[in-house]
This record gives sequence, structure tokens and C-alpha cells, in this order.
Amino acid sequence: MESLRYKTAIVGASETTELGNIPDKTPFQLHVDASVNAIKDCGIDKKEIDGIATTMNPVALAHYLGITPKWIDNTQVGGTSFLIHVRHAAAAIASGLCDTVLVSMAESGKSRVGQSSNSNFSDSSLEGLRDSSFPGQFESIYGVYGPTTQFGLGVLRYMKETGTTHEQLASVAVAQRKWSNKVPRAMYRDLITIEDVLESRMICYPFHLLECCLVSDGGGALIITRSNRANNFAKDPVYILGTGESAETPIVSQMYDMTSSTAFKISSKKAFEESGLNQSNIDHLMIYDAFAHLPIYGLEDLGFVSRGEAGAFIEQGNTSPGGSLPMNTNGGGLSYTHTGMYGMFAIQESIRQVRGEASNQVPNVEVSFCQGVGGMFMAAASLIFTNSPPD
Amino acid sequence: MTDTSSAYDRPLPVPVHEDLSKPFWEATKKHELIMPKCNSCSSIFFYPREACPECTSMDLDWTEVSGQGRVYSYTHVRQAVHPYFQSENGHIYAIIELLEGPKIPSNILECEPEDIFVDMNVVATFEDLNDDFTLLKFKPGP
Ligand SMILES: [Zn+2]
Repeated sequence: MESLRYKTAIVGASETTELGNIPDKTPFQLHVDASVNAIKDCGIDKKEIDGIATTMNPVALAHYLGITPKWIDNTQVGGTSFLIHVRHAAAAIASGLCDTVLVSMAESGKSRVGQSSNSNFSDSSLEGLRDSSFPGQFESIYGVYGPTTQFGLGVLRYMKETGTTHEQLASVAVAQRKWSNKVPRAMYRDLITIEDVLESRMICYPFHLLECCLVSDGGGALIITRSNRANNFAKDPVYILGTGESAETPIVSQMYDMTSSTAFKISSKKAFEESGLNQSNIDHLMIYDAFAHLPIYGLEDLGFVSRGEAGAFIEQGNTSPGGSLPMNTNGGGLSYTHTGMYGMFAIQESIRQVRGEASNQVPNVEVSFCQGVGGMFMAAASLIFTNSPPD
Repeated sequence: MTDTSSAYDRPLPVPVHEDLSKPFWEATKKHELIMPKCNSCSSIFFYPREACPECTSMDLDWTEVSGQGRVYSYTHVRQAVHPYFQSENGHIYAIIELLEGPKIPSNILECEPEDIFVDMNVVATFEDLNDDFTLLKFKPGP
């Protein structure tokens, strides 16, 4: 099997015009806004787009934009889906199935425009709860529903096995706020301390409010094409060097090991192998942070630090501005934005950093690693980008 | 649970038994904890499946397990997600690793949330909701 290294590049990348609180736009309108922005970003003739990937109905979006694709992908495995779309698009382009792909993502996560009210567990009606699924039979009956109450379930075991402290968990939120402090589009920008985090409202022990992601509206889109035509557009190309994907379990309580993501390990190992790079080559890192433990798990599962070292690594400032491994430099899901499926925003920040156009720009970023998670440790994907042209 | 007859009237989520898991819920009604067991490779697993996750054999049975285990991990849910669970001090959601290996979600009763710890020994207990439903729970045990 031929490697995808340097076969394709991202030539267009943009988020929705507005971000955060967008009460007047449906998810579909946000998709269109993001896609049009990405098309403008590279100045491509829309007729050149012959592939489309999105978690919504790709046919509806393609037709609305006047695109008749030769290739479509509708992979939906949660917030990492867009990283997987990029990977699948790279493979499709490299093997000649299509030439130029639009990847689009949008959600009205906060305003819930055009969606029926969140008729789930908070609704005292029984009907939605009579459910023969695994969560319906074996989880929700114990007073949990969704990420807030379930995603962090393994953390106390992780903390016991590794000696990671509550202060170290809190330091994830503190470090990321140092980044978002200089990001105008970030939803939360005020600097915070460990004490602020530990004194914020307890949501689900050991997670305080400031260790849980925010909820917002927005979207983003990408244009991917062959590397050998990637220089024909408005901005310098961002080459795709390495890709990986994996899946573990639809049920977080049934992970193989609740102190580590098997899918993170598999997807990142594959991406590193494909790129020919190792951890020491990475200038900038994004790890999807729906909750504060994800960057900790990620740093270890991706091999940047050894088991049990991630909490101290973050607490000591290594991932903060000026640190050796700048991470989640937009502020992440904890401070920048989180519409529900955050992965597209992690990709967008990787691309901005590699292009040198981020709000809180890290000097001299040549290689960025982007790690996504889907669902609650359900699936994962990894992408490695560079601005350095092929030899 | 003091008044089991009225419990069902409260807005409590109720598990719907499907054929695959029906024996599990029939057993809890008898205050027994059973797990799927593979007749080919002898593995005991959870959740119920039609094929063994180790060897894909479909020659499966149910086997009674000890009900003993330890708290593998837990969370103290303070932000109620359902009116039934609304209380001053929240409730404990835990993953119990049974002596026999499988890990199963549950609540821990008869213990203050502050006293629970990872690796604490627990034992199964059963909460009768009404004639049709008995939930598996755990309490501190040997
Ligand atoms: Zn078997």
C-alpha cells in the first residue's frame, strides 16, 4: 500500500463567519456559510470540486452548492468524523477517485436552531427513556446521560494508577486559557487560576465546570486537492503528511482500558508511520478536549510523554505559550468553541498555525499534529500537516 | 427504596428488555446476577451479545456470578440529569469490575459518596421497583 504522505494538501480552510452564539442560522445555513468561506479562502472555481464529505446529508449540501460529485463520504462517528473525512479524501484523491474535495461541518449546538428541543433525559416524560439500547438498559437507569456524566468516568482510576492530582487536571483548563486570552474569536478569554477551576461548580466529580467544554454554534470547511496542483491557489498549501483512524466502543463504560484510549494509540501510530516523523518533529499539537482529561490521555497515548507524566507536563507549562509543545492554541473546546463535534475546529487551528495566520501564533510552526476523538472514546483520528514543500 | 409500589409512577427511566438481555433482567427479579458465558472458549463477558466477543462462537449460555467485585472507577454526579436523581448531594455512578472479569455500570448504595474510593470492595444488591423491574446495584462488601 502506497503512503498518503505528500499526496494531497489543504488549499482552502475557513470557519463560519460568526462563531459562538448564532441564534438566527440553521445548521444548514452554517454549512453553506463555512463552505463558501473555504471556497473564497482558496479562490477555487466551485466547478473544480468533485468530491464532498460531511456528517450531514452530503447530497443535500452538494446540490445546494451546485456541486455534482464523483465521490461522497458520510462517515459519522462523532466529532472526529472530519479528520476521518480528510483522511478518506486524501486516499480517494491519491487513488484517482476524485480530484478536489470539500469537507463541511456545522452545528447549532447552543441555539439548537431548527431542531426539536432536547427531548432526552432532562425531560420528565418517560417515553424517550423506554429504550432497549445498551445505554437505555444499562446506563441511563443509573442516573447518567451523555458526555457530562459519562465521558470522565475512567479518570479517578487513571488518577489513582498514575498519581495525577486534581490540580494537574485543573491545569489543563488554565493552560488553554492562556492561549485563548489572545484569541478574539474565543468564547472565554479571561485568564484563570488553578484555584478558580477547583472552586468552580462541581458538575461530576472530579470534573468542575471549568474542566468541561463550553457549548456553541458554528462550523468550518476545508478544500483538499492533489499536491501537484496545490500551488495554484490564493494561499500556500498545507500538505497532509500522515493520517490515521480507529474505533473502540460505542459504550464508554465498555472501553478496553478506561485509563487510556486504544483508538488514540492506533490512529496516532499510523499517522506517525505514514509521515515518517516522530514526536520530536512536532512543533504544534491539537488534542480534542471535550473535557480536561482528554489532553492528558492524548499526550500519553500519542507518545509525547510516558504513562502518568502528562498531568505534570501540562502543570509545568510545557503546553502553554512559550512551552516546548504548544497545545490547543485556540483555547480548545474548553475556551475557544465547542459546537458538539469539535474536530473541525481542531483541524482549522492546526492549519492556521501551519500557515502562520493564527490569532495566538506560535513562532516557526512547520509541522502540526491534530488528534480527534469521536463520541466518548468511541472513535479517533489523527492528521499531520506541514507547510514544508515536498523534496 | 422504601415504597416500591409508587416508585414506578415516578419519572424513572425504565429498561426495556429485549430478547437478548431478557434473561439478565429475569434473573435480577430473583436477585441473581448472571452473565453471558461462551461454551466454546469459556469466556464470561458483558454486555449480552449474540456471538462471543473473544471467539465469535454463538454457542452461549448464562452463568451465575458471585456478585462480588471492586469499584473500577466512579463519578459523583452532582448535576442531575433526570428529576428522579435530583438530590442534595447527588449520586454515585460507578463501573464495577466483577471478580469474574466483566465491568458493569451501576450505583453504589449504603455508602456516603465521600467514602467511596477506587478499588473499594463491593457486592451486588437488588432494588425492586415493582413486579416487573429489579435493578442491579452494589453496596460495600467483603
Ligand atoms: Zn468464545
